Amino acid sequence: METILVLIHTEGGGRLARPALEAVALAKELAGDGFVAGIVGEDAGAAANQIAACGAARFLTVDGAEFSQPRYATDAAAAEALCRASGATLIIAPGTSRWSRALPGVAARLNGRVDTHATSVGIENGTPVITRWYYRQRMEGTLTRPQRPWIVLVEGGCAKAWPGAPGAASVEKVAVIPPAIRTEVTGVRAPRSDQQTIRPDADLLFVAGAGWTKPQADGKTHLAEAEQLILGFLNRTQASLGSSKSLVDLTGEGQAVLTFMTHLNQVGQTGSTPRHPKGLAACCHGEEPHVVGWRFINERRAINKDPNCGWARGKADVVYVADAFEVVAKVNALLDERMR
Amino acid sequence: MSVAFQIVVCGSIVPDPLQTLEPVTGAGGPSLKNEMMLPAVLDPWAAHALYEAAHLAQANPGSKVWLVSLGPKAKLQQVMMTVAQKAPFELIALDGPAGGFTDPFQTADALAGAIEAIPGLDRSRLLIFGGWESASRGAGVTLQLVGERLGIADQFQGVDELKLDAGGSFEVLERIEGGQHQVSRCAGAPAVLGWATGNLPEPRNNPQVGMANMRAIMPALQKARPVKIDAGGVSFAKVALPKQQRETRIVKDSSPDEMAREIVAWITNA
Repeated sequence: METILVLIHTEGGGRLARPALEAVALAKELAGDGFVAGIVGEDAGAAANQIAACGAARFLTVDGAEFSQPRYATDAAAAEALCRASGATLIIAPGTSRWSRALPGVAARLNGRVDTHATSVGIENGTPVITRWYYRQRMEGTLTRPQRPWIVLVEGGCAKAWPGAPGAASVEKVAVIPPAIRTEVTGVRAPRSDQQTIRPDADLLFVAGAGWTKPQADGKTHLAEAEQLILGFLNRTQASLGSSKSLVDLTGEGQAVLTFMTHLNQVGQTGSTPRHPKGLAACCHGEEPHVVGWRFINERRAINKDPNCGWARGKADVVYVADAFEVVAKVNALLDERMR
Repeated sequence: MSVAFQIVVCGSIVPDPLQTLEPVTGAGGPSLKNEMMLPAVLDPWAAHALYEAAHLAQANPGSKVWLVSLGPKAKLQQVMMTVAQKAPFELIALDGPAGGFTDPFQTADALAGAIEAIPGLDRSRLLIFGGWESASRGAGVTLQLVGERLGIADQFQGVDELKLDAGGSFEVLERIEGGQHQVSRCAGAPAVLGWATGNLPEPRNNPQVGMANMRAIMPALQKARPVKIDAGGVSFAKVALPKQQRETRIVKDSSPDEMAREIVAWITNA
């Protein structure tokens, strides 16, 4: 019988974000009532109240000014203390950037093990079993392991968020002596408001490939027109912008290319693997890297001049064999008509 | 005043991203079909870390870069023929499996042991670099484990920028949710930095750098210490390729107007 700890952290103002609530729901699904909730961060007590009715038998918190910042040294110390205080054998945590940075080190301190990017966690014959991807989302493994404690970081969007109403939780504060602090978080740098990046909440992912920068039928490149079309499409649809590696690399090499494209837009092998209900690719070539980047896109369409491109081979639902400049211009015009 | 850093880059090899991969299960657990036959490259994010390390070392005279790499010796040698031309470094090779189904704890132990054995290692000038995830296991845990083993509590993951101040303190940009960067200021080395893509393009091949590197790389490969790495007790119930074949509809006889109308209807759920 596993002792389950759901280990979460607060956002600003003691709020719990969706990934934390998904982890709570998953812990409840695995343990029923009787798991332990551990919360780190600013105003962790308020966060405990937010999930007071989740069925946790205990609410353990570590808060204080030192533990409000997402920082390896303090996060690892706080998480280690909560794991030890709970006596947990299985620790479920959301795969946020904060926990992905800190919890592997916690597993080492506890002489336990950690698995990240889990897409499901279940119990089979009394044993926890997880699934996760290998080789950049190319193959999926189902596994278990004997070592305890076992920390599992769960990918966002793989479970429903716990929907319960807030209440009054009985909180046990766990005292942690802060470690020596040599790092200060000074802020968050958001992209400029006019800069297009991956937008995780968007319904549509638009992936622009290197074809936008290549010479067109008249033998010339049309970068300004490409920028205008892509940005126009994004502004009209509020789509997330992704890119192939080749296009981003061209940007990094200082060639005259799409000025708004950076490595943050990159999907695929060395980029992100975003989750969106729909995806539209234009001027993308190649196969496997794009498939990797598009693994979690439900409905996929592509505009491509080459019907024999990898996209046409069972990767997209629909491939429009056409000039993307022409089609996207008409799409933008139609979207304008609908908005009037 | 610049600081002469000791920059240790942890990075190994992965199958060329353009290769089609297929899992097979043997007595030792899952692996890739024809794994030793697949063309390999330096793990892409680790490669970015190496380029950033070389750039930092160049900007800070007296700095030195090591590449600690755990992989099958023969494959490492092939990959180093190319990597050696990109940036100056000293290779520390460990001869063992580098597949995605190996245990990161064992890997981290081997890497940390190799780092600790570097002659003249000065922790006050030590920066541990690597990719924030590999393109094989893709767990994003090995560097933190190496850091813990070396007692380094200033760790950063998903790093896109390292800006050094006079005196050795630095500002780090780490990728966080929503396409944003968290900005941190660290008092200086020692620190662990798991790099995302950074900002530097891949350096062009430089045969002179390659020749200088290879003089030390070949002996390093010859004396590569064998390391036993396995799955670390993990039981794999199944490893399989996803069912990804879709019934693709090719639209090539419609006008751009018709295609646009269809796309707009699809986007807007009309």
